[in-house]
Amino acid sequence: MSSSTDWPLWEVFVRSRRGLSHTHAGSLHAPDAEMALRNARDLYTRRSEGVSLWVVPSTAITASSPDEKDSFFEPAGDKPYRHPTFYEIPDGVKHL
Amino acid sequence: MTAALALGDDALVLSHRLGEWAGHAPVLEEEVALANIALDLLGQARMLLSFVGDEDQLAYLREERAFRNVQLVEQPNGDFAHTIARQLYFSVYQHLLYEKLAAGQGEFADLAAKAVKEVAYHRDHAEQWVLRLGDGTAESHERMQRALDALWRFTGELFEPVEGVDVDRHALRDGWLAAVTSVVERATLTLPSGPQSGAWAAGAGRQGLHTESFGRMLAEMQHLHRSHPGASW
Amino acid sequence: MAAVTADQKTQGTADTADAEHLAAFDAAVAADDRIEPRDWMPEAYRASLVRQMAQHAHSEIIGMQPEANWISRAPSLRRKAILMAKVQDEAGHGLYLYSAAETLGTSREELLDKLHAGRQRYSSIFNYPTLTWADVGAIGWLVDGAAITNQVPLCRCSYGPYARAMIRICKEESFHQRQGYELLLALSRGTSAQHEMAQDAVNRWWWPSLMMFGPPDDSSAHSAQSMAWKIKRHSNDELRRRFVDICVPQAEALGLTLPDPDIRWNEDLGQHDYGAIDWTEFQEVLKGNGPCNEQRLAQRRMAHEEGAWVRDAAAAYADKHAARPGTAGAAAQHVEATA
Repeated sequence: MSSSTDWPLWEVFVRSRRGLSHTHAGSLHAPDAEMALRNARDLYTRRSEGVSLWVVPSTAITASSPDEKDSFFEPAGDKPYRHPTFYEIPDGVKHL
Repeated sequence: MTAALALGDDALVLSHRLGEWAGHAPVLEEEVALANIALDLLGQARMLLSFVGDEDQLAYLREERAFRNVQLVEQPNGDFAHTIARQLYFSVYQHLLYEKLAAGQGEFADLAAKAVKEVAYHRDHAEQWVLRLGDGTAESHERMQRALDALWRFTGELFEPVEGVDVDRHALRDGWLAAVTSVVERATLTLPSGPQSGAWAAGAGRQGLHTESFGRMLAEMQHLHRSHPGASW
Repeated sequence: MAAVTADQKTQGTADTADAEHLAAFDAAVAADDRIEPRDWMPEAYRASLVRQMAQHAHSEIIGMQPEANWISRAPSLRRKAILMAKVQDEAGHGLYLYSAAETLGTSREELLDKLHAGRQRYSSIFNYPTLTWADVGAIGWLVDGAAITNQVPLCRCSYGPYARAMIRICKEESFHQRQGYELLLALSRGTSAQHEMAQDAVNRWWWPSLMMFGPPDDSSAHSAQSMAWKIKRHSNDELRRRFVDICVPQAEALGLTLPDPDIRWNEDLGQHDYGAIDWTEFQEVLKGNGPCNEQRLAQRRMAHEEGAWVRDAAAAYADKHAARPGTAGAAAQHVEATA
């Protein structure tokens, strides 16, 4: 019966309180950005979960591919010198 | 306590009507939105009625003629356009009124200050939908116009004096008309031109005179409570 | 000929790649790692997930109907607010679950079409009517109780988006069961007419609630594979018995009787035994012969069809205004709370 197709899908990011970054909360459908924002408010913050919202069209997100995860993420694994625990400091040395 | 009763009944009855949408909304996201508005209004109703007495006694044991809500809020949901037209007319009124009450020194100032934030959102919701239905498809345009026209004659009552509501009702009406006109025009719709109230000297909702469908609404709302006198739930 | 050879070669490479993928998938599931949307997964795993998530989402939105049936008649304003909030949550939960299903490339429209055409199922429990106010309480206590027993393990489901949706849902649903129990308690301790109403509701909802855990383990079509894939974590019978154990003392505290004379404590098992379930009724309701199957689906279809012009209008508006910068068509929007 219905001639309508789905409204576009939007990804919703919620800042739960000031000082924290926005975190992905889920998605929803809306005809446009303004309605997406309002739907996100109604759906994802109805238990006071947020103080700020972002909505982004799902199609605007470019994701890394799981097939590339070796070339993308493994090279970072063998560089322990980026972490402070890599370095030995004599006992008793403070503020370092 | 005419004022608390009038404003409380407005919120109670509109909340009830919006609650009737549950399971029938045009899209899932709108189920959530309409329920949010209904819950805000029910919360307001409970606070306002508790100024007068026991909320349940007032909601469930009064006869139809004792209800003081405007006839606008008791109008059946109709199609989504009718519900949105009712929301637009009422939430713009309620928003402007509560802003004034919140800024004043009256007994409702605190309550209005909390409610005004909720109502601002209801107004925004209605305006967004009027724009989309008015300036959407030919069918939605026609339905939205029909709904605005059909409910227009219940809008005059919003600006009748209510004992205990100390606002300049002429200014309220001017503000309301300007706001509604602006939304209606942006939505490529036409502001209805007919009379804003019915020709019946006996009065309307604020005097306890309601429309026929309200009796059935109350019968449904009250029957369970009344079937068990004195029971607690 | 050359083309055929090339195809065969591609096919051969694909098979090797698939075998590697399958090994990686199996290892991830075995290690209790989560599978994410863009990961390779066996087709049957994908299909099984879509089927289960869709059925779950459909159950949430069809499940709004029997309870919404009482919103307009709720006997106190406090109960009315609670019930509206609960039915609203169910719409929200349906939404979370459709979103989770969409991560596998199946649109909500497609899933709704299948529901409306009767090609996908929802939980049979919602094909029973809510005849009295006490039914709202029985749904909260027993139906939501059974659902929670089923759902808590799903928070550790191997598919990431499903598990995350379930975590949110379980957190939000914690009030659903309690409000039902509290509602029944008020009735049970109320007038004799109220007490009778509560007992009658428990009598009608008890057996269908037990059926919610699905057919017995030896005749469950999907169970074994779902457990191997860690979509499911416990067998139907295991969860059902756990539910009976939970309900027996709760019924006692309510002052209501569970309509099964065969419920008794089994020392050896350290669990309760219970009477035989009428699986014929279960099969019949599943086939569409329950008291409300047609009514539920008809209302759902009607809401969808009557809403079509609204959805179309909003889409048309968005198209018209897409070109205007800073308004409807802008790529992303954000809002800061003023508070």
